[in-house]
Amino acid sequence: MHMADALLSPTVGGVMWAASATGIAYCSKKVKEHLDERAVPLMGVLGAFVFAAQMINFTIPGTGSSGHLGGGMLLAILLGPHAAFLVIASVLVVQALFFADGGLLALGCNIFNLGFFPAFIGYPLIYRKIVTGDVTRAKLVMGSTLAAVASLQLGALGVVIETLASGITELPFSTFVMFMQPIHLAIGLVEGIVTAAVVSFVWEANPDMLGGLQGKAPAGVMPRKAILAALLAVAVITGGVISWYASSHPDGLEWSIAKVSGKEELESPDGIHSQLASLQDKIAFLPDYSFRNTAEAAESLQGDASSRLGTSVSGILGGSVVLCLAFLVGFILKKFAVKNG
Amino acid sequence: MSEIARSLHELNAMDTLAGKDSPVHRIDPRAKVITFVVFAGCVVSFRKYEVSALLPYFLFPAVILPLGRIPMGFLARKVLLVLPIAVLIGIFNPIFDRTVLFSVAGLGVSGGMVSFTSILLRFVLTVVAALMLVAVTGFNGICATLERFGVPRAFSVQLMMLYRYLFVLTAEGVRMSRARELRSVGRAGTGLRDFSALIGHLLLRTWHRAQRIHMAMLSRCFRGEFFLRRPMRLGSADIVFTLAWSSAFIVMRLVNMPQAVGRFLLEVFP
Repeated sequence: MHMADALLSPTVGGVMWAASATGIAYCSKKVKEHLDERAVPLMGVLGAFVFAAQMINFTIPGTGSSGHLGGGMLLAILLGPHAAFLVIASVLVVQALFFADGGLLALGCNIFNLGFFPAFIGYPLIYRKIVTGDVTRAKLVMGSTLAAVASLQLGALGVVIETLASGITELPFSTFVMFMQPIHLAIGLVEGIVTAAVVSFVWEANPDMLGGLQGKAPAGVMPRKAILAALLAVAVITGGVISWYASSHPDGLEWSIAKVSGKEELESPDGIHSQLASLQDKIAFLPDYSFRNTAEAAESLQGDASSRLGTSVSGILGGSVVLCLAFLVGFILKKFAVKNG
Repeated sequence: MSEIARSLHELNAMDTLAGKDSPVHRIDPRAKVITFVVFAGCVVSFRKYEVSALLPYFLFPAVILPLGRIPMGFLARKVLLVLPIAVLIGIFNPIFDRTVLFSVAGLGVSGGMVSFTSILLRFVLTVVAALMLVAVTGFNGICATLERFGVPRAFSVQLMMLYRYLFVLTAEGVRMSRARELRSVGRAGTGLRDFSALIGHLLLRTWHRAQRIHMAMLSRCFRGEFFLRRPMRLGSADIVFTLAWSSAFIVMRLVNMPQAVGRFLLEVFP
């Protein structure tokens, strides 16, 4: 679920960084306004608790494999959306820096996928709608399970869209979605059940904790209009930036086709082929993106293989030389450091 | 050593590395963070079929790792641990993109294989660089930099509080897990019921710990803000470090050096 830098384009990474930074700024402001300073140690220690909880596994019945708590939804239930968003973001920063779990450029994406959806969609729109009035165990279990499943599904969809918009992977949208959503449905169910079990345990042992900080945060639930506006803004920015990027800098294969054949796109023969192509353009997700049309490109590329071969041989040869030089420098520096250290 | 104990051990190891002293450790954290951002930005901005132009970037870890006294094996193990993520997504490229880009000794190399190689290279470069940044800067240095760059107080304080208690609580988690392991002969007590009680108790204890911490902070005049003494000074060495590396990364981005070296070698030794 944690995205890596290697699969991300700088544009998508930058847009999601901006979105998450805005979220952090907004939540910091809200936390300062509505929570007392009691929250400072509580938020910090609960962030550390998420790591500690992940050290303890349990056996998933019937499968023999083991699972652990993710913690996003639990934090939202205990702390309310704003504080939870900050805690999740801080947990992700530490995971990226110390465990290489998700890259630093991808941090914006990860904070958005794993923080925004549980804190601002799953918690206010699902959990709080179900857990109202007299709290019962059934309501708690239902609310936390559904909210965790929905948040994780949205997060997984976010991963798919951000990865495909970056254009590094060749996976078609439908395959990627069919691959990610069911897996995360299973993970979400486990996460939901675990969250429900811990929440009901806490509710029995110390019911005050569930009301905990939220009693002090009257505006703890973000108004629906604000959520819609935020989502819309992100969509517009993302779409706008991506389409601009895609149109002015033809990426990947299109770029190499343009280089080889001197044309931006290959002309298709008339007849049924062009009709199919135009149909494909209409129904395709992100039309004109480079993960399609590879078969067409093959013929033209092969025609010019000899000149490409020359480039490739010099690339491989030069690459090996440069790599060896880099490691040689490292080796000498290491010897030098050992001698002086 | 069990897997969880190992991850705690590695957390400690990273923190110990950050506490060392070396020419790289002494560079101002801000200079290192900016240099890292330029590095990562350049590496991920290449087209997806780029392989050779990525190789010069290995010079950065090749220089910083020995100078910063970071053991290569430790870092390699961490990278290998997370490599499956990149492989899992990247492995589909050779399957979906079978366009033959060029052939070497009669063997066709497809676009998918080239872009898969490119993904792996980018992954190794960015992950190594990120781990290296923490190992030579330390978490508190990075937090201080974030705050200087305008990250809200509430968030940087949250990061520092989290980091401070990370070691205490993960050690507690490991102890609980080990205690259960010793008592659960085979599978007994590893189910959801006992798990939720275990986590629930950990949560209650954590909550009470937070209250005690708050009391202690109040008795030391805590008013909701931290005041930290951080001597951060940008010297000429820091500026040279940032400018030299950043311009090197940008030149590597604009000029395909391996390609040029290869062409030159082919001309000299045809």
